[in-house]
Amino acid sequence: MTVRIRKSSGKPVVFGDTPVAKGNKGSRAGSGPDSARIPKPATPPRPASKPLATKRKKPDPVPTPAKPRGKGPAGKITKPASGTTEKKARTSGTAEKARSSGTAEKKAGTRGTAEKRARTAAKDRSSKLRTVEEPASRALVQESKLALEAPAPAGKRAAVKADSPRPSGRRASAETLAGHQREISVSEFFTKNRHLLGFDSPARALLTTVKEAVDNSLDAAEEAGILPSVRVELVEISEDRYRVIVEDNGPGIVKAQVPKVFGKLLYGSKFHRLAQRRGQQGLGISAAGMYGQLTTGKPVVITSKTGKGRPAHHFEIVLDTAKNMPVIVKDDALDWDADHGTRIEIELQGSYKGGRRSVDEYLEQVAIANPHAEVVYKPPRDRAPVRFERLTEQLPPEPLEIQPHPYGVELGSLQHILKDTKARTVSSALQTEFSRVSAKVADEILKLAGVPTNRRPHDLKPAEVDLLHRAIPKVKIFAPPASSVVPIGEQLIQRGLEREIRAEFACSSTRPPAVYRGNPFVVEAGLAYGGDLRQAADDEVEPHSTTKSEDAQQGPITLLRLANRVPLQYQQSGCAIFRAAIETNWRQYGLSQPKGSLPQGPMVLLVHVASVWVPFTSESKEAIAHYAEILKEIRLALQECGRKLGTYLRRRDNARREERRRGIFEMYIGELVESLGKLTKVDRKQLQADLAKLARQHTGDVSAAAEAYVAPTRRVRSESPPDGDTADDDERSQLRLGLEEGR
Amino acid sequence: MSTRKRTSKKARDGKNVVAKLSELGADAVKQIHAGKNPNVEIPLRTLANVKFDPKKSIIELGDETQSRSLFNVGQARKYMQTMLVASACKDLVDVGKTTSIRDLYYITKHTIAGTRQNTFEEQEESDPIIEDIEVALDSLREEMNLFASNRGSMVGPLTIVDSGDTIDLRRLGSGGWSVPSIVEANVIQFKKTEAQMIVLVEKDAVWRRLNEDKFWKKHNAIILHGNGMAPRGVRRLCYRMANELKLPLYVLVDNDPWGLYIYSVVKQGSINLAYESLRMAVPQARFVGLSSFDAEKYGLAENVHIRLDEMDERRAKQMLSYPWFERKEWQKELRKMMQMGVKFELEALSSKGISFISEEYLPKKIRDREYLV
Repeated sequence: MTVRIRKSSGKPVVFGDTPVAKGNKGSRAGSGPDSARIPKPATPPRPASKPLATKRKKPDPVPTPAKPRGKGPAGKITKPASGTTEKKARTSGTAEKARSSGTAEKKAGTRGTAEKRARTAAKDRSSKLRTVEEPASRALVQESKLALEAPAPAGKRAAVKADSPRPSGRRASAETLAGHQREISVSEFFTKNRHLLGFDSPARALLTTVKEAVDNSLDAAEEAGILPSVRVELVEISEDRYRVIVEDNGPGIVKAQVPKVFGKLLYGSKFHRLAQRRGQQGLGISAAGMYGQLTTGKPVVITSKTGKGRPAHHFEIVLDTAKNMPVIVKDDALDWDADHGTRIEIELQGSYKGGRRSVDEYLEQVAIANPHAEVVYKPPRDRAPVRFERLTEQLPPEPLEIQPHPYGVELGSLQHILKDTKARTVSSALQTEFSRVSAKVADEILKLAGVPTNRRPHDLKPAEVDLLHRAIPKVKIFAPPASSVVPIGEQLIQRGLEREIRAEFACSSTRPPAVYRGNPFVVEAGLAYGGDLRQAADDEVEPHSTTKSEDAQQGPITLLRLANRVPLQYQQSGCAIFRAAIETNWRQYGLSQPKGSLPQGPMVLLVHVASVWVPFTSESKEAIAHYAEILKEIRLALQECGRKLGTYLRRRDNARREERRRGIFEMYIGELVESLGKLTKVDRKQLQADLAKLARQHTGDVSAAAEAYVAPTRRVRSESPPDGDTADDDERSQLRLGLEEGR
Repeated sequence: MSTRKRTSKKARDGKNVVAKLSELGADAVKQIHAGKNPNVEIPLRTLANVKFDPKKSIIELGDETQSRSLFNVGQARKYMQTMLVASACKDLVDVGKTTSIRDLYYITKHTIAGTRQNTFEEQEESDPIIEDIEVALDSLREEMNLFASNRGSMVGPLTIVDSGDTIDLRRLGSGGWSVPSIVEANVIQFKKTEAQMIVLVEKDAVWRRLNEDKFWKKHNAIILHGNGMAPRGVRRLCYRMANELKLPLYVLVDNDPWGLYIYSVVKQGSINLAYESLRMAVPQARFVGLSSFDAEKYGLAENVHIRLDEMDERRAKQMLSYPWFERKEWQKELRKMMQMGVKFELEALSSKGISFISEEYLPKKIRDREYLV
């Protein structure tokens, strides 16, 4: 969605390129808040008229690539990003200033626009509009100085409407209100509502930035069939300012696309496809860039290379928040050793700390969730780098893209689909546009709906579509193909946990695929218990105390939530995973659990929800919505893990009991030998040895369990990949410890 | 059970207690070397495991035993204590000294090496262990040189030798001879006597009345008391005198369940010490205590009645069901007591005159054979 201001002043919707900051538009955007206060006359009433409707509805005009770059490297916008402008305007608060800066920008932009205009032509209706409007806007540019100050008409249209009467006795008339009504740019919206995207605090902003960049890197590499290798570096510039550098070995990005991918909100490859990906909306990384630019004024720096022998292109991009357009500040080519990959640098206001929800922890979780990825992390200051090796050399199978399933479709989208389909009949439309709809199923639906099979989908009346929509749930349709959802896998989850956490017990379970609202999904869970998770305080606990009593002192467990392999950090309590975890009765598995909360104990619990479309509760993608089907599957997965844990804990407790029993026996052996020695003639040493042996035997019925109690550590080692040498492991654990100390 | 039988045989074999103690240890060692869980079989000392033999008229221990083994969390400590006490007793006998069971508790009590636990925490823990060993080995604690504190006094027309000292029980003034807890033949021997009966009195006060009134002299009776429930020494002594001197034994107790029970223990043995009945029970003992029917007979005023309390009633009910109270007369006696709901102390007779008991009541009962058996 491009930025479009409704105002008639003819804000040309320009895409692709440059800041075509047209006069009017520019000033408006620049002085956003001010403009409201400024005398109405300046804002020409909206032209009413047709284009508006179309404009609004129109889908994002996706510009053809290549435009931007032509625009002139560097040159064109000498002006700092619009963000800066905006800031200035705001701070100064004076209309004049805002205006002037706006104007300057405009002027600079004009050149570009002209050139572009020719090129942009075509395709969509909007472009027509634009061409018509542009001249006007250009005129405006020149006059804009006056425009705001004086009621003098600016531009033809403005002039025409400006004299609309203002009825007396009312605060505002429809007409005056109309003057305020204009489209809001997505970028503007998120500038004001940054919390929606996860930028509400400096610490969170830093994490979100890393997260978005890493998500993109992993998605890109996987989609290209490359084993991902991601390097994350945090550079501390000052206490509250960091540079985030994320580098991957992905396929790289075609030069022409780079600015849009990173400099435009809601521009991406994943929104319109139903496939399991980390990213969804094409929002995250551009928002991160926008945030960085907003707080530091620094452009986003991108380097990308698409193949051996090709040059790496290097961009500095700023985002025009008013127009949601990338502005290229610098564009050159350079040499890069890597064959392919992308590197992004964002400087932003942030704060770095360790502990929960830190970048450190996040990346650790990323490593668990992505056992096929290699993650290298260089923390800020003089901390030593951490390297998470990949646990498997095998890429997860590519999640297949699927058609939507009829069960999940909403009336609006059904209408839309039927309008857009190329199929000639409704029946074939249903078959081609949806998954799992055979001719038979389609006929059944149509019969139920009372719609003839051979109707042309385009001709269907809304009432008929409604009938169709009501008929769908009554027909039995196969669940969508599960191949579209790829879980991490039981074994890899367990190994991932065991690698990051030196636990005494770990287990996992992956559920068979299920469906919510027509979207297939898979839930898997894993847990790691005891070992290093146990806090030092535990040492004071009586060694033979039972699991429950000892766990109660450990506080609540740690819950790791993953959605499509992305660790979720915030809004835990609003998440379906959390809900399912507290609704599970962990007491029956040997943990203590206060009513209505997470169980307690030295345990990390991991839950992964993979789906072609994970239903998040907000754009920052931190919590999964409470769909009954998802809750149920999570609970089942947790119960499976819980049962395994329960078995282990029972065995361990038995082993401990046996140990305690042996302790009792051994305590009395000395006394007994003494007494028997007095009662009869005996070789005391021999007797003592025999008794000790007997004591072991008699507490040995459960000795297998006793072994299992010590075993997990051993098992972890033997199962870790043969090449992962222990030195490395140790080093990493030391690093981890180091980090913890730093907290 | 098997152990029990074996030990009985051993007892009959006349092995001395030291041999039995050694064997107890040797058995354990054998079991240990054989890789078995060492255990001792201890005959159960419960109501369920005593039998009343109506022919012999004594209470005997049944065949049920309980096994006590080392490798059992609930028994390990007791097993260790059993062996500890056994070894201490063997030491005692080996050096030829006697000691009290309290003393033994101190002898065996110490802290277990490397722990903060003691072998025994209190004497209540150690006393039952001694009884266990007695039963298991079919030996008396007296044989293991253990004694309880002296309790009870005796006077009468009898000369005895106590640990080598000759004592004339006719010349002991008002206090009498204090009956030791060990009265085995190696300690006490009977010499010259003119006695024709033995009177065992429940309480000290009544015994003193009889002594002061020279009842023993007038009626040629050995009189002794056990200060309540007769202790082992007194019971054993009664047994020996009744059997060795061929004297009848009369038991003079209060009219309450407790008194009746004292009589029953003297006569046929107790549940707890059923294993010693053979050596202590005097089946021919006769009850000359107050009967519930005596209230009318002697016109005891209502003001000397004492109401039965709850515990008395419960105890009386219990006793009604004991096989050794099955005889008609006893059932009648107990029912009468419960029906009246009152009990009498022997002192109630003093309302008829201070020496009523020694000059009228007791001589009359014996002479007219108004006793119960």
